[in-house]
Amino acid sequence: MHITVNASAHDISTETLDAALVELGFTSPAIATAVNGQFVPASARGATILNSGDRLEVLAPMQGG
Amino acid sequence: MRIYDADISVPMFLGTAQYPSPAILQQAIRASGCEVVTVSLRRETAGGTGAGFWDMLRATGARILPNTAGCHSVQEAVTTAQMAREIFATEWIKLEVIGHADNLQPDVFALVEAARILTADGFKVFPYMTDDLIVGEKLLEAGCKVLMPWGAPIGSGQGLRVPDALRAMRAHFADVPLIVDAGIGRPSDAVQAMELGMDAILLNTAVAKAGDPVGMARAMALAVEAGRAGFAAEPIDRRDVAVPSTPVLGLAELM
Repeated sequence: MHITVNASAHDISTETLDAALVELGFTSPAIATAVNGQFVPASARGATILNSGDRLEVLAPMQGG
Repeated sequence: MRIYDADISVPMFLGTAQYPSPAILQQAIRASGCEVVTVSLRRETAGGTGAGFWDMLRATGARILPNTAGCHSVQEAVTTAQMAREIFATEWIKLEVIGHADNLQPDVFALVEAARILTADGFKVFPYMTDDLIVGEKLLEAGCKVLMPWGAPIGSGQGLRVPDALRAMRAHFADVPLIVDAGIGRPSDAVQAMELGMDAILLNTAVAKAGDPVGMARAMALAVEAGRAGFAAEPIDRRDVAVPSTPVLGLAELM
């Protein structure tokens, strides 16, 4: 399944968001996710099914002003 | 100063970006004594290091104020705020909705709309705004309990471009915490903001990009303290002519 992860094209074999994060190597506990511009809480990742063409954003803490 | 659920004693919020090193950032936070630091969210890389930065910042003990920097629409800002709440485990959000790419001026219409959505969702919103009274009223109506007018464009170091507007905000919003966010360049700007009766300043570039960030953090902390004490001590009015300070009574006639 082709999805876009942080603006890069990826081909993944898993379906749920939490499995996709593992497959993509996002193992840090300090991440937050959004699919197609909508926030997906950590508690909902297991029940969130990704579809081909979805845009996944994975964000982490960063310096800011 | 009480803001939402927190009592803040040092009237200075510090941004965490652009420091020469994480160690200097930590030292700057310590040198200023500031209790609130701003952070952001950016794209994580696989096996990335965002967690390391977060652990380092938590070790400082400072309260975290996440921002929505770089957001240009209501939806981007709202989604970013929701993601920040989960990662940083705080309802505080510095709400930025940028309207102009060159001067990073906030889009106050989108700002008010986003503030309304976020406060209804339980957020405690710190809105980065222009120095406009009506925008301030709309933000308070939207549920904000603090206002953060700009002093000058972000990162410009120009100081307070329109002190009269900030003075008007102080008079109009007598009981609302006001924080000058953006534009502070030098300690004298920080003093001026506090002498105008602002409750605090929020700054980043002026400290992070100074030749000695730790020294500047300390200088800024002294400046806000001096300005706040000066405002509380009620400065004299300016006069157009000199008034002798030494008594005239009893002056000898020596001619």
